[in-house]
Amino acid sequence: MFKDKPVKVLLAKPGIDGHDRGMFVLARAFRDAGMDVLYAGLLPTPQEVVDTAVNEDVDVIALSLLNGAHLTAFKKVSDLLRKKGIDDIAIVGGGTIPDTDKPKLEKLGISGNYGPGTPLSVIIDHVTKRATESRKKKMGSG
Amino acid sequence: MTRRDTYWSTKLAEISSRRPTAGKKYEEWNKNVLSPWNRQTGSKEDDRENTSGIPVKPVYRAEDVPADYGDRDLGMPGEYPFTRGVYPNMYRGRLWTMRMFSGFGTPEDTNRRLKYLISHGESGLSIAFDMPTLYGYDCDNKRAEGEVGKCGVNVTSLRDMEVIFDGIDLSSVSTSMTINAPAIILLAMYLAVARKQGVPFSKVSGTVQADILKEYIAQKEWMYPPEAHLRMIRDMMVYCTRNVPKWNYISISGYHIREAGSSAVQELAFTLADGFHYVQMGKEAGLNVDDFAPRLSFFFNSSINFFEEVAKLRAARRIWATVMKEKFGAKSEKAMLLRFHTQTSGYSLTWQQPLNNVIRTTIEAMAAVMGGTQSLHTNSYDEAWALPSEKAVKIALRTQQVIAEETGIPDVIDPLGGSYYLEWLTNEVEERAYRYFDQIEKLGGILEAVKKGYIQKEIAQTSYRRQTRIEEGKEIMVGVNKYVEEGETPIRILRVSRKAQKTQLDRLTALKGFRNESDVRKSLEKLEASMHNPSENLMPHILQAVESYCTLEEISNVGRKVFGGWKEPVIV
Repeated sequence: MFKDKPVKVLLAKPGIDGHDRGMFVLARAFRDAGMDVLYAGLLPTPQEVVDTAVNEDVDVIALSLLNGAHLTAFKKVSDLLRKKGIDDIAIVGGGTIPDTDKPKLEKLGISGNYGPGTPLSVIIDHVTKRATESRKKKMGSG
Repeated sequence: MTRRDTYWSTKLAEISSRRPTAGKKYEEWNKNVLSPWNRQTGSKEDDRENTSGIPVKPVYRAEDVPADYGDRDLGMPGEYPFTRGVYPNMYRGRLWTMRMFSGFGTPEDTNRRLKYLISHGESGLSIAFDMPTLYGYDCDNKRAEGEVGKCGVNVTSLRDMEVIFDGIDLSSVSTSMTINAPAIILLAMYLAVARKQGVPFSKVSGTVQADILKEYIAQKEWMYPPEAHLRMIRDMMVYCTRNVPKWNYISISGYHIREAGSSAVQELAFTLADGFHYVQMGKEAGLNVDDFAPRLSFFFNSSINFFEEVAKLRAARRIWATVMKEKFGAKSEKAMLLRFHTQTSGYSLTWQQPLNNVIRTTIEAMAAVMGGTQSLHTNSYDEAWALPSEKAVKIALRTQQVIAEETGIPDVIDPLGGSYYLEWLTNEVEERAYRYFDQIEKLGGILEAVKKGYIQKEIAQTSYRRQTRIEEGKEIMVGVNKYVEEGETPIRILRVSRKAQKTQLDRLTALKGFRNESDVRKSLEKLEASMHNPSENLMPHILQAVESYCTLEEISNVGRKVFGGWKEPVIV
């Protein structure tokens, strides 16, 4: 499915949070796994994240926050995407996300929500799985 | 080659010439004792290295340190080059300060907390700010939604600062404010409160972090291009040296560099390189190095590779003293002392089996103490999950108290000094730091190296390598890639309420009703004009704007207009 076009993923921190160590590790790991990686830079607004994702037609948006604002900020990205009627871009999350918040994010379609110490292979597998779903939808919608 | 270049290369050559050569006794032992033993018992002699990638031998001997090592490189406590400690009596005179950094939702909450601490004898106050404040945004900015009062107190205008310090005499406390990009504005607010209380600036004491170079390197909290922020730091240095002599205007920080993924050697080298840049800046502004250098202090990380951390802290003192004396011409010993705060490593804490974090923090705190720290913050075991709960904070504080009161460690100064391994490692770490100084100079100095993204890339590389080693099982994190437990039960964590946002928004609305709008406009115009003149000191103009009740964002926006923003170089 990804033969001609590798998985395309946008890494973003949709808030005022400078903890970018994990982003840089993931960027390299995704690239080593053959993915096409974009990084939204620091302090993008949820709107900017969604605009970039749509313009670049990515398969997955990978969001990270370590400042405790994930419920507000991740939801904004998901809402904006939905408002545009886009269902072929998946959202995955990560950061310092308490277990009790995970179901709330899952309900918004934001999956993964991995904490520190998660093996890179687990994250790569999950992103690939979500990208496959997106790609199927993209093909379906022609 | 420029003259500045020469200092580092000369220094490197000098250090390398002192390198001991491998001892005969060691080689014999390796051949005749260790290797046969390994063959007989089937043990494998694998390569070991620490986080800085320094290979370590199975055992160290006297010949691993230079023959004349001693008085020249070590000295005694309180004696140049201060390897063994900055004070003659160290913890026998006074224990390190147990400074626990924390943030509290609203200015009212913070005021209550500060008064509680003061009533229990605290005079050293410490304030954490929320993310909008750290980035120079008001509480009503769209970006601030969901962030107001989280991770620290929100300060949108002088009104908030007045509430925080209501009923607290600023001449009798010292306040440490962890703030960087808008540090000059927050300092102005603090001074404005002092003025309202009738406290002369000469009696005001405290600290702002204001280490902007490490922001571009690691923490990534900036508003303008580096040159604009550096000018503001220069203006603070000059203003404070003349008017607020008890104010520490920069806390040069390696903590964030390490948390961003650097090794111990990189933390040391990049932090000291930042420090040298500030010293150079002060000299170029016409200040006497003996006058302002004593006001510079440092902030280091203490992570889990015990000996590497102790070596780093000892090497830091020696390098700083040597360079301040030899390169910057410091005459007074006070200007050569590297005094520092330490915080245990947040990155070393695991989300899995969180109680293990108590043990990690204990070991890291011991390294900080054996490294001679002046103050210490110990992390709480639940910090990989959320902001720490009260119970977890208390255990973290108790950890320090046990080390201080029960172990006997503080009884002897530099208790690991003289260990062949530690002395060898201190030298090794020192030499590698000088290699970085030389390299940074070749790139045109630390500012250029940061603008080119060189420093950030070095850190990202180390961080990725470390992660890969953990994935491959070459480096172990207990509970993460070894001794893993399935189905762990969650621990209780702290939840922050959203009431702070409403309190702050209400106060901002009230402020805009009572302040004099023409004063606001005039002071912002004056500030803008002064920003266009690089030789003018901004401090008096910012003070004026703050006292006219301009908001943090209004003042920050003048700079955004004049200097523009900053987009970081490509790192990934």
